[in-house]
Amino acid sequence: MSSPEATLTDLPVGTWTVDAVHSSANFAVKHMIVATFRGRFDAIDGSLTVNEDGSARLVGLVKTGSIVVKDENLQGHLGSPDFFDTERFPEIKFESTSIRRTGDELVLDGQLTIKDKTHPVEATGTISGPAITLGDAEKIGLTLETVIDRTQFGLEWNAPLPKGGFALENDVTLTVELELVKS
Amino acid sequence: MRILAVPGSLRRDSHNRRLLRAATALLPPDIEVVEFDGLKAIPPFDEDDESSPGAAVDAWRAAIDSADGLLFATPEYNSSIPGWLKNAVDWASRPFSDTVLRNKPAAVIGASTSMFGAVWAQAELRKALGAAGARVVDLELPVPNAEEAFNDDGALLETEQEEALRGILVELRDYAERHAAAKAAAAAG
Repeated sequence: MSSPEATLTDLPVGTWTVDAVHSSANFAVKHMIVATFRGRFDAIDGSLTVNEDGSARLVGLVKTGSIVVKDENLQGHLGSPDFFDTERFPEIKFESTSIRRTGDELVLDGQLTIKDKTHPVEATGTISGPAITLGDAEKIGLTLETVIDRTQFGLEWNAPLPKGGFALENDVTLTVELELVKS
Repeated sequence: MRILAVPGSLRRDSHNRRLLRAATALLPPDIEVVEFDGLKAIPPFDEDDESSPGAAVDAWRAAIDSADGLLFATPEYNSSIPGWLKNAVDWASRPFSDTVLRNKPAAVIGASTSMFGAVWAQAELRKALGAAGARVVDLELPVPNAEEAFNDDGALLETEQEEALRGILVELRDYAERHAAAKAAAAAG
């Protein structure tokens, strides 16, 4: 079993809380075979805890009801039981099980939970900072990305196309860009 | 708890009305079943009319909104659902961003005089309701040869059919209870 807190090097010690206004959680999926469709969740929360011994844990939460896409009709459909089923499953959760840093590159292993279905994921990305910002607020930035098979998480809706293929691919790219402030 | 029973047939003595009443008889008395009888009055969907759809559409949407769950019984015309039934779903689904069908528990059963029991129509109606945002029970009850399917008291003659109907109603009730609880929690803030 993986430890919830893994050893890492050179992450800045402290409790770092997500600044939701200046952070984003986005998704991208192939649409109609040829294009990439993007959307986002506006309500996000999370924290990175880095202990003196070097162990660390990143936890992130997303409110499914905060999904935003350009078409309000599609936005409604994405909240329905066909997709995120926001009535029954109001949150998406990520909890890291290990964080590895090489230079500014990060590799995280963790458990992602969508619609009460939890699967391991590996996310890669970068870290920047810490930097002292306005009001002496100390901040770091994280950018992380992973690709999931949405059908593993109960997001199975699709529509066959008349000449073959489907409206949506199963692989979805999840990207978070986080600004975290030291508590 | 209130269940809105929607007969997909317009005919007064239709087999699907009988099927809905057979279903109603299986429900416990604490569940109020309201039969919706206004499909015929609903005009063809026209985006130009969306700002003032009229009393029939208003009544249909209000009936859905005030129900904790929907029970449809559909006939099958040309391997699909009757046009007025699809039309009613289309009206209820608008505006899609705020439809009364969003998360609304729904179940579909059906009877036909053919040997297939409206099974394709049921699948199509489940698909349309799901696409409109409803939470649809993923079960079906095809009642074929409908003119011979009921006894004099209106109950289904086939024990297996009645058991399948009970199963659908149990699922619908469970969905409806959870939906009502979620609505209450959301209202409480």
